[in-house]
Amino acid sequence: MIVSKRVFLKISGVAAAMAMGFGSIAAQAADLTGAGATFPYAVYTKWAEAYQAATGKSVNYQGIGSSGGIKQIKAKTVDFGGTDAPLSAADLNAAGLVQFPSVIGAVTIVLNLPGISSGQLKLDGPTAANIFRGAITKWNDPAITSLNPDLKLPPTAITIVHRSDGSGTTDVMTRYLAKQSADFVRDVGVGKSVNWPANEIGGKGNPGVAANVQKIAGTIGYVDYADAKKNGLAFAALKNKAGNFVLPSGEAFAAAAAGADFKVKGMAPDMLDQTAKEAWPIVSATYILAYEKGEDAAKQQGVVDFFSWALNKGGTLADELDFVPLPANVVGTIEAEMKRIK
Amino acid sequence: MEESMAWKTVRMTDSAAHAQVDAYAVQVRIFKHQDSIFHKLTFLFAFLVLAALAGILISLAIEAAPAFRAFGPAFLWSEAWSVPDDEFGALISIYGTLSTSLIALLIGVPVSFGIALFLTESCPGWLRRPLGTAIELLAGVPSIIYGIWGLFVFAPLFARNVQPWVQAGFGDLPVIGGWFAGPPLGIGILSAGIVLALMVIPFIASVMRDVFDTVPAVLKESAYGLGCTTWEVVWNIVLPYTRVGVIGGIMLGLGRALGETMAVTFVIGNANRIAGSFFAPGNSIASLLANEFGEADPGLHTSSLFALGLVLFVITCVVLGLSRWLVHRASARQGV
Repeated sequence: MIVSKRVFLKISGVAAAMAMGFGSIAAQAADLTGAGATFPYAVYTKWAEAYQAATGKSVNYQGIGSSGGIKQIKAKTVDFGGTDAPLSAADLNAAGLVQFPSVIGAVTIVLNLPGISSGQLKLDGPTAANIFRGAITKWNDPAITSLNPDLKLPPTAITIVHRSDGSGTTDVMTRYLAKQSADFVRDVGVGKSVNWPANEIGGKGNPGVAANVQKIAGTIGYVDYADAKKNGLAFAALKNKAGNFVLPSGEAFAAAAAGADFKVKGMAPDMLDQTAKEAWPIVSATYILAYEKGEDAAKQQGVVDFFSWALNKGGTLADELDFVPLPANVVGTIEAEMKRIK
Repeated sequence: MEESMAWKTVRMTDSAAHAQVDAYAVQVRIFKHQDSIFHKLTFLFAFLVLAALAGILISLAIEAAPAFRAFGPAFLWSEAWSVPDDEFGALISIYGTLSTSLIALLIGVPVSFGIALFLTESCPGWLRRPLGTAIELLAGVPSIIYGIWGLFVFAPLFARNVQPWVQAGFGDLPVIGGWFAGPPLGIGILSAGIVLALMVIPFIASVMRDVFDTVPAVLKESAYGLGCTTWEVVWNIVLPYTRVGVIGGIMLGLGRALGETMAVTFVIGNANRIAGSFFAPGNSIASLLANEFGEADPGLHTSSLFALGLVLFVITCVVLGLSRWLVHRASARQGV
């Protein structure tokens, strides 16, 4: 071999430099640990920060994904789990878990079409479903132009931007579109990962989708409200159940939340397509899972204390992050439900 | 021999010296012991590598077994990847992995060759060191930086300035037109290949430069003395002499390209389909794993992702084996 020793030294040096790129984040010692959905991660960490400042107790939440959260809580490695897609009442009973909503988030439809600014484009549910199942492929399709007689829409091809990672956001979006069109269920499906039509690209995480929509002309995608706002993306107005075109806003989400009845087993009502006049149609809660009977009574009480504090005092913090706090009457219901956590 | 025996007997009579010899013997025994411990310890470290490799392979195989049981060997050439229908196949991501890595090599190898040649043959002395260091620094940039740059800077430029121009030029040609079909998104198979090329160039170039440096000056000077041009020297003296190292460098680059995850995830488009166009989005094994693993439900989906991991493992092994074989063949021919 003519490859010199120096070469190998160099190669190993390069490898070491690469290894430094992967920093590991050591888990901090915490009184309470939780893991799960990434969607509410920002809210939970903000709450934990404020809670520690107020009470001195620390809470550590890791955004590992909803499926991961469910796995971890079932394996009893965390004190509470977070999930976007609620577990069914049967699942909860089988695993001995209590489930309650923590905060409400909204999914918005965003687009990038030169000349069209935020809020100008109007869509109704069936048209959105037809776009996202690949049946409408041009921006000047009659179905879109008839909803937008005042806009001059170009014959640009539509590119759908979706989540490439399995995601609760995709689950909420596809459940909404499934309500609008049976064809959507047949072609695309419903769930955290689905079969998008050919004119697709995928972005990793809400920031990934937002970046793709922002950078590529002719795209339409779905992201949570916070990421859409942060990136200054153009929203589409959506026709709600009451027949009004609404834009995503805190008030529109709160109107939808007010209409949902949380007094069901598992506290997971269907919040999509609410009938209120101002309601934004794609709204969903994210959930917390805790053991009904835990081994460590102090930690069980810790979970109850933290979320009682968060639900009562964390509203403004959630609001600042463009999430919607749960309505006051729901907080009462949750506190009653949390009494089961022992 | 006899002399030393005599020396020993003389010494033996001296009791003080006798004690010292004993002390030496004890020390020798301790040394021997130390050596054996050292040997065992280093063997253990080396064995850990083997154990880890075998462990990874076995656990991948166990986790992948349900997928292979459900789909059979057809998993390898099936174009399905549908989570709602629970149907999975590896072809889409194998295609994405191989095509992006191939594009990366097609661009990266000639450029790296040029860089290495310039640095060793015609670079002015004062520039050699800073340029060499810059290339090594590039190799140390974390891959996510390349990904972010690819998505935010490269993709929009590519979509605005290159793709429409290529489509205007070649779009109407019969077969070639299909290679560049689709809306100019800026991200896709070709973009991923180009970003990968940028990532492997520092690796290949720095290895090539180092092996080019090992060519004895006498050989090159003789060739120049015979009236060879620089190109002739490079082609007939430097390259044959360094063939093994050059192949090693290229394989190192290919290894990185095959397994690259974050940068590819950013720019490949993450679409589970084979569009046949270089402009179209696709998916690679590594990026599909990065995307779907976190939220995969237990069952066939998770198992299929493990199976993909196994496939990537095998592809990497084949590439390594191939490079060994090439190196072996080249050295056998040269008689080195």
